[in-house]
Amino acid sequence: MAPADIAPGAPIVELRNIVKRFGSVEALSGVSLTVRKGEVLGLLGDNGAGKSTLVKTLAGVHDPDGGEVLVKGRRVSPWTPLAARNAGIETVFQDRALAPQHSIVTNIFMGREITNALGLIRVRKQTDEANRLMREIGFTSKVFNPDSTVGHLSGGERQGVAIARALYNNADVIVLDEPTTALSLTETQKVFRFVRAVKDSGRTVVFIGHNIYHVWDIADRFFVIDRGRMAFEGDKAAFTGADHLIGMMQQLAETGRADTATLRKSA
Amino acid sequence: MTTAPAQTAAVDKRGTPGFWRMFYRRNGRALNAFVTFVLVWAFFAANNPTLFLIPAYYNAFLFSVPATIIMTTALVFVIVSGELDLAFPSVIGAAGGLFMTLVISGVPILPAAALTMLGGAALGTAIGVIIVYGKISSLVATLGLNFFIVGIVNLLAQGKNIESRDSVSTFGYAFFTGKWDIFGLQVPNHFLIAVVWTVLCYVLFRYHRFGIRVQMVGDNPDSARQMGIDIDRIRVGVFVWSGLAAALCGVILVQTANMVWFPTSGKAYLLIALAALFVGGTPTWGGVGTIWGAFFGALTVTLIPSGAVGAGFAGFWTDFIFGLVIILTMVAHRFGGARAR
Repeated sequence: MAPADIAPGAPIVELRNIVKRFGSVEALSGVSLTVRKGEVLGLLGDNGAGKSTLVKTLAGVHDPDGGEVLVKGRRVSPWTPLAARNAGIETVFQDRALAPQHSIVTNIFMGREITNALGLIRVRKQTDEANRLMREIGFTSKVFNPDSTVGHLSGGERQGVAIARALYNNADVIVLDEPTTALSLTETQKVFRFVRAVKDSGRTVVFIGHNIYHVWDIADRFFVIDRGRMAFEGDKAAFTGADHLIGMMQQLAETGRADTATLRKSA
Repeated sequence: MTTAPAQTAAVDKRGTPGFWRMFYRRNGRALNAFVTFVLVWAFFAANNPTLFLIPAYYNAFLFSVPATIIMTTALVFVIVSGELDLAFPSVIGAAGGLFMTLVISGVPILPAAALTMLGGAALGTAIGVIIVYGKISSLVATLGLNFFIVGIVNLLAQGKNIESRDSVSTFGYAFFTGKWDIFGLQVPNHFLIAVVWTVLCYVLFRYHRFGIRVQMVGDNPDSARQMGIDIDRIRVGVFVWSGLAAALCGVILVQTANMVWFPTSGKAYLLIALAALFVGGTPTWGGVGTIWGAFFGALTVTLIPSGAVGAGFAGFWTDFIFGLVIILTMVAHRFGGARAR
């Protein structure tokens, strides 16, 4: 099921020297970001650093004014939401992902219903497929079935539904925009479980977060953006711990630059 | 039954809902509307049991209810998509006029009805396009368009009725208004048409891609757009469906009036159809709705005026009972289906 045309660790999405302007404001001034197959990349940055512009660029919502986007080594232009989705990148935006008054199965197949020639929904097939996807990402609770209403689920479980929907599209890369913001500890753990299940299936996750501890727990590699530019990046092993990462980000916020010399050389 | 793993039980105390619980969760609003209808009927019948147990008493009811059923079930799509249609009475009137114009110029009734429905769909498309691509609130736009279309119809008709009493003996007329006698109850064909229409709406709403997408657009338009649903097209689509239903209503209304069309035809249905819709359990906030609820809502609001008189209430009680039923059902629906956010 998982796409296997490139080796784990090889670049799957590359943003090169991305520039994005809104009028006279330059939100991104030459950001280069490489997402590698099979990793969980943590994307960090303060408010206004360009984080959400970068996420929207990944999602294809923004077509960059400068630079280029490569997917599996091939340049994609124009870069639109549809192009991003066709390239296997699925973005789950915070809060706007789901129709809360409807069932899990209806949400998973939103816009991509399985129908017969007359356009009638193939209910059994959709239910089976939804069951399979829910199992795949670790929805183990017996309380839910695909007919459960999304509005009755907890915040973490809703993220799970959004992730399951991304999987249905056979996405190679799943971009999660602040999936744990406003979630309790238990709910955050649920989201982490879903993210690990996605990673275990060989897929790639880009995890955007406010809470550095959350991102630290789940990510393999970190990319920190500041004032429209990449401030620093590094594998988890390059940091001595979450406090090291936080210290560098505080230093960045106070002095405008972080001392990358403290990063350990990755093995 | 084997016991659930201890871990699941410890974390999650909510049980797996049973069949009936799931059934109520999925159909609660329609069931509430059905119970409302039965209660209203029982309340009237208790006051005058002999009259309410005579099948023939319901002949007039079955004769007048189909137009409300057809319009209300179609309006479910509009309300669920998050829009509002106040222009459908004018489309009913315009469609009736178009139908009679075709009939008196020699077109047989069935082709004339088909052409009228096409015309209704076209008018619905125009209304939808104005709202969606003009980015106007549908409340304001359809309020204005209702006056505008009624105005044009009045200008064209010069205030005169159109009659074609000769057509009453044709097959097409019998197709719409012929009656089946069942134990003294006369079931007219247009009631059966209304039932078939309701089934069609139900399948379209619940099992067709279009209906599902209407619900998605009403529930969370941002999400629907992100998932690649063309929400503008869906929004125009609900007005096309409403126009189609209004045209069918127009065709039926002139025939139940013995092939006479009045320029004011359809005007009376604005508040009745909307009341039926909300009594039927479709909430105002969009995203969810029920076709069978709308069906029973239409039965309820049609029963109230004649039923109140039949039960021995003086005519001036009608509005009071009407209002009471609407408000009480609204309260009942709150229990049946609070909004899931």
